[in-house]
Amino acid sequence: MILDSKIPEGPLAEKWSKHKFNVKLVNPANKRKYDVIVVGTGLAGASAAASLAELGYNVKAFCFQDSPRRAHSIAAQGGINAAKNYQNDGDSVFRLFYDTIKGGDYRAREANVYRLAEVSVNIIDQCVAQGVPFAREYGGLLANRSFGGAQVSRTFYARGQTGQQLLLGAYSALSRQVANGKVKLYPRTEMMDVVIVDGKARGIVTRNLITGAIESHSAHAVLLCTGGYGNVFFLSTNAMGSNVTAAWRAHKKGALMANPCFTQIHPTCIPVSGDHQSKLTLMSESLRNDGRVWVPATAEMAEKLRKGQITANEIKEEDRDYFLERKYPSFGNLVPRDVASRNAKYVCDEGRGVNETGEAVFLDFRDAIIRDSEDVIRAKYGNLFDMYQQITGENPYKVPMKIYPAVHYTMGGLWVDYNLMTNVPGLYALGEANFSDHGANRLGASALMQGLADGYFVIPYTIGDYLAQTPYTKIPTDHPEFQKAEAEVKARIQKLLDIPGEKTVDYFHKKLGKIMWDYCGMARTEEGLKKAKAMIKELKAEFWRNVNVLGGNEELNHSLEKAHRVADFLELGELMVDDALNRNESCGGHFREEYQTPEGEALRDDENYAYVAAWQYVGEGQEEVLHKEPLLFENVKLTQRSYK
Amino acid sequence: MSWVSKTLSSTLGRKLLMALTGLFLILFLIGHVSGNTLLFKNDGGEAFNIYAKFMTTNPAVKILSYLTYISVIAHVVYSIILTRVNKAARPVPYASSQASTNSAWNSRNMGVLGTIILIFLVVHLQGFWYQMHWGNLPTVQYNGEEYKDLYTIVKFAFQQEWLVALYVISMAFLGFHLSHGFASAFQTLGLNHVKYSPAIKKVGLAFSIIVPALFASMPLYIYFMN
Amino acid sequence: MNLTLNIWRQKNNTDKGGFREYKVTDVSKDMSFLEMLDVLNEQLAEKGEDPVHFDHDCREGICGMCSLYINGKPHGPLQTTTCQLHMRSFNDGETITIEPWRAKAFPVMKDLVVDRSAFDRIIQAGGYVSVNTGGVPDANEIPIPKRVADEAFDAATCIGCGACVAACKNASAMLFTSAKISQLALLPQGQVERKERAEKMVAQMDAEGFGACTNTGACEAECPKGISISNIARMNREYFSAVVSSENV
Repeated sequence: MILDSKIPEGPLAEKWSKHKFNVKLVNPANKRKYDVIVVGTGLAGASAAASLAELGYNVKAFCFQDSPRRAHSIAAQGGINAAKNYQNDGDSVFRLFYDTIKGGDYRAREANVYRLAEVSVNIIDQCVAQGVPFAREYGGLLANRSFGGAQVSRTFYARGQTGQQLLLGAYSALSRQVANGKVKLYPRTEMMDVVIVDGKARGIVTRNLITGAIESHSAHAVLLCTGGYGNVFFLSTNAMGSNVTAAWRAHKKGALMANPCFTQIHPTCIPVSGDHQSKLTLMSESLRNDGRVWVPATAEMAEKLRKGQITANEIKEEDRDYFLERKYPSFGNLVPRDVASRNAKYVCDEGRGVNETGEAVFLDFRDAIIRDSEDVIRAKYGNLFDMYQQITGENPYKVPMKIYPAVHYTMGGLWVDYNLMTNVPGLYALGEANFSDHGANRLGASALMQGLADGYFVIPYTIGDYLAQTPYTKIPTDHPEFQKAEAEVKARIQKLLDIPGEKTVDYFHKKLGKIMWDYCGMARTEEGLKKAKAMIKELKAEFWRNVNVLGGNEELNHSLEKAHRVADFLELGELMVDDALNRNESCGGHFREEYQTPEGEALRDDENYAYVAAWQYVGEGQEEVLHKEPLLFENVKLTQRSYK
Repeated sequence: MSWVSKTLSSTLGRKLLMALTGLFLILFLIGHVSGNTLLFKNDGGEAFNIYAKFMTTNPAVKILSYLTYISVIAHVVYSIILTRVNKAARPVPYASSQASTNSAWNSRNMGVLGTIILIFLVVHLQGFWYQMHWGNLPTVQYNGEEYKDLYTIVKFAFQQEWLVALYVISMAFLGFHLSHGFASAFQTLGLNHVKYSPAIKKVGLAFSIIVPALFASMPLYIYFMN
Repeated sequence: MNLTLNIWRQKNNTDKGGFREYKVTDVSKDMSFLEMLDVLNEQLAEKGEDPVHFDHDCREGICGMCSLYINGKPHGPLQTTTCQLHMRSFNDGETITIEPWRAKAFPVMKDLVVDRSAFDRIIQAGGYVSVNTGGVPDANEIPIPKRVADEAFDAATCIGCGACVAACKNASAMLFTSAKISQLALLPQGQVERKERAEKMVAQMDAEGFGACTNTGACEAECPKGISISNIARMNREYFSAVVSSENV
C-alpha cells in the first residue's frame, strides 16, 4: 500500500491557499443533495457539523453523552494558541509552525502543521464572533499568556475554562443548525461500526444507549471526531466515557492507525490515592512557574514520610532533592512535559516517592509564598489550590502539593492525508482522533487549536473535493452491507452478553491499564514491551472467556457499553505495544530506555525513524502490517532538544 | 393583541403581574397604615371617622380602591395559576429535602402565607369594609355633618380577644409575606443592581417589620386602652 | 467507613420505581462520591445484580453530566458537582438518600439517569449568535470592557447540569436560561438578535414544562458554578423590553 499524503506542491506558505483553489467545489444548490455523518461533538465534531450544515450539507451528528455540550473538549483548561501577534513580541505563522514541529520532536508533517498555524488566527476571530468571552485587558482588547515550549505570548484563554468556552461556542453554532433543520442530533448514541460500500465509507451502525436499538445511518461521507484513546490506560485525565471504539472499528474496516504509541503524559496531576481511583485530575502546567519539585534525598526518609513518622515540612533543606533544578539548571522546574514526567518517575522508582502509594513528588510553594506572600500566590493560583484541597483534603498553602504524571493526550490516531481523509475514501478523522499535527509530543494549548482548525477551516474545503466527485445517489439502509454490519454488531453484543464469566468489565480494564502504564507508559524497553504484548494477549483471551456483562441489550446498560469499549482497548493496547517496539528510538512522549543520550535524554534516530508508522489491520489474530510514510523536512532543521 | 395575551400567559408575564400587583398592594398598605394611625388619636374617633368617609366618597380614592380590588384579585388568581404550573413542573416530589439550607422558609411558602392573609382579608373586609359600605352603622355628627361611626365598630370589635389575636398573628404572616415579596418584586421586574439591590433588600425588610407592626399595634392599642 | 445507601431504582422510563437499600463497606474518605458508587456497582456486579445507573463523564466538575440529589440537596452537601464531592463530607455509619433530579421536563430514563435534552432545545431556540464560519471581523475589532467580558464569562460558565432545576421548588429553568441570555446580551456580538433571543428562549423554556421563578435563590445557592440570580433579573429585563419593543406580533 502506498500512502499518499496528498500534500500540495509549492512553497510551504502557499500550499494551503493553492490547495483551496485547486480542490473541486460542490455547487451551493447541490450541497443539499449530500448527507454527512459526524461522530462526536467535541471541538472538532461540533465545529465540523455546524460549518458543513451552514454550507448546506445535511448533517447527522452523534454523541454518546446526553448532550453535545458534554464532550471532553470541555475540560481543557489552559488556552488556545494563535499566531495573532497581538502582543508585538515577534510571533508569526512561521514561528507557531516552527514551535509546533519542534515541540513534536520532528515527527509531524510540515504542511499540515503550517496550515494549522495559518488558520489559527481565524479561529480566534470566529470564536469571538460567536460570543466566546475570552479574557481581556482593561483596554478591552484580548489578553494573552505564555505557555510551555514557546517564547512568545500567543495563548488566548478564558480563565481556566478555555475548553469549556470554546466548546460551548461550537455547540451554540451546532444548536443553531439543529434549529435550522440542517443538523439532526443523535445524543446517547454510540457508533458501533462503519459501513463500507464499494470501498467507500457510506454510513455507520449505531446503538441507541437508552433503548439498545441497533440502527443504520447512510451518508455520502463519514467524519470521525471521536477524540483520543488515553483511557486505554484506565487511569487518565480523559473523561470516563472517552473511548477508541469508533476509531478502532474504522481501523478494523481498513483505516490505518498511525503512531499509536505516541502518548502524552502530563507531569502535574493529582496522584492516585488508592485502588478505588476512577480518573485523574490535571492541575494546570502553570503551577510549575512558582512551585518547586522535590523528593527526599534518601529512600529511607521517603519511607518515614510514607509511614507518617515525619511530615514534609519537617524535612530540612539539605535533605531535599530538587531534582529538576539539579539536573536541568537552566530550565529548572520548567522543563517540557515529557522531561518533567520522566524524572518524576525515576525518583519514585528509586523509592523516593512521597505518598502512600510511593508514586508522587512534591510541588512546593513554600518558597514562593515566603518570597511573594500568600496573597500573591492565591491571586495567581487560587482556583487550582481550592480544587486541589477539595480533592485531597490537604491545604497546599500549608503543606506541599503532591503531584504525579498522568496520561493526558494521544498524539497518535487514524492516519489521514492532507484533506483529513483516511485511506478509506469518504472516511475522515478530525481532531485528536487523527494523528496529523502534533508529532511525538503536543505543546500546551495546541489541542484546542487543532480541533477547531480541522472542523471550522479545513474540512469545509476538503470534503467538497471528495463529494464533488461522488454521485448524489443515496444508499438505502437495507443495502446488504448495512444489513451485514448490523448483523455483526448484534452478534458481537450477543457474544458479550453470553459469556458465562465471573469478572467485571472494570477488572479487565484496570488490568490492561496497569500493563500499559508499567510497560508502555513514560519509559519503555524492548523487554518490557515484549512482556506486555504477551500479557495483553492473555488478558484479551481471558476477557472473552471470563467477563461478566450484566443485563441485556434492550435497556440502558453501562456494563455492556463498557464491555464494548474495553474489548477494543485490549486490541488497541496490543497495537500500541507493537508500535512502541517497532520504533527503536526515543522521541517526544515515546521514550525507549535503550535509546538515550549519555545524559539520559531522548535520542532520536532521524535516519531510520523519520516516518509515520501506519498500521493496517489484516485479520483476527494476525500481526498488523506496518506502512511507512516518510516525513520530509524542507523548512526546518532537525536538532536535538536540550534543556540543560 | 395576541402578543399581549401571549406575554401574560408566559411564566415571565405572569410573574410580572404578580410583581406589579404586589407592589401596588404595598403602596396601598402605606396609604392604609398611615390613614389608620388616626386610630391612635385620642379624639373619640372623630379624625378617623372623617377620614373613613373621605376614603369611601372621594372619586380619586374610589378609582384607587377599584385598582386595589383588581390587584388583590389578580394577585390571587395569578398566584393560583402559577402555583399550579409550578406544582405540575415537579410531578414526583423528593423523598428527602434540605431546602432550608439553600433558601428562606418564607420564600418557599409564599402561597401558604398568601392564603392565610387572604383568609384574614375576608374576615377583615367583612368586619369593617363591608360594614362601612353596606352595614347599618350608627352615625355621629361633627360640625353639623353626619358621619358613619366606624370608630365605634372598630372599638367594639377589638374588645374581643380572639379577634385581636387573629389580627396580630395575621400581621406576623403579612410581615413574612412582605419580607420576601418586597425585594422579590423588584427582582422580577429586572431591577437587580449591585448598587441598589442591597438598599432595596434593607428597605423591604424594614417595611415588612414596620408596617405589619403598626397594623398589629392598632387592635392592641384599642384593646388595652379600653 | 461503612454506609447505608437508600437509592432510587427504576428500570426504565415507564417503570414506577422505588427506593432500595444497600450497604457499602470499606469506603475511604478520599473517594469521590461517584467512586463510592463505583464500589457499590462492582459489589453488585459481582453478585450478578444490575448496577445502579447514574450519569457521569469528565469527573472533574466541568462537563455537567453528573447529577444526583443527595440527602435532599442537588450534588450533595457542598456547592460543587457530585464528581467533586468526596466522602470526607460524610460520617461513618451514615444513611445517604440518593434520588434523581425531579422535574417534569427531566424524565427519569433509568435509576438516577434523567433526560436533560430540554436544555439543548432551549439553546437551540436562540442561545447563539447567528454567524457562519468565516467572514467574521478581526477578534480585536470590537473592544469589550474587561468588566463586561468578565461578567459575560461568569454567566457563560454554566455547565448545564440542571442543579438549578433540581434545587428549585418549582423546577424552574430560569437560572440556566438566563445565564445564556445574559452572556449574549452583555456582549456586543449578541446585540443583533438580542430581542428575538430573549423571546424565543423564554417561550421554549415554558414549552418544556419548567416552573416559574419564585426568587427563592435556591438555584444560585446550589449552582456548582455559583451563577448569580442577577442573571434572572437581566433575563426579565431583556424579555419585557423585547416583548414591548419587538415587531414580533
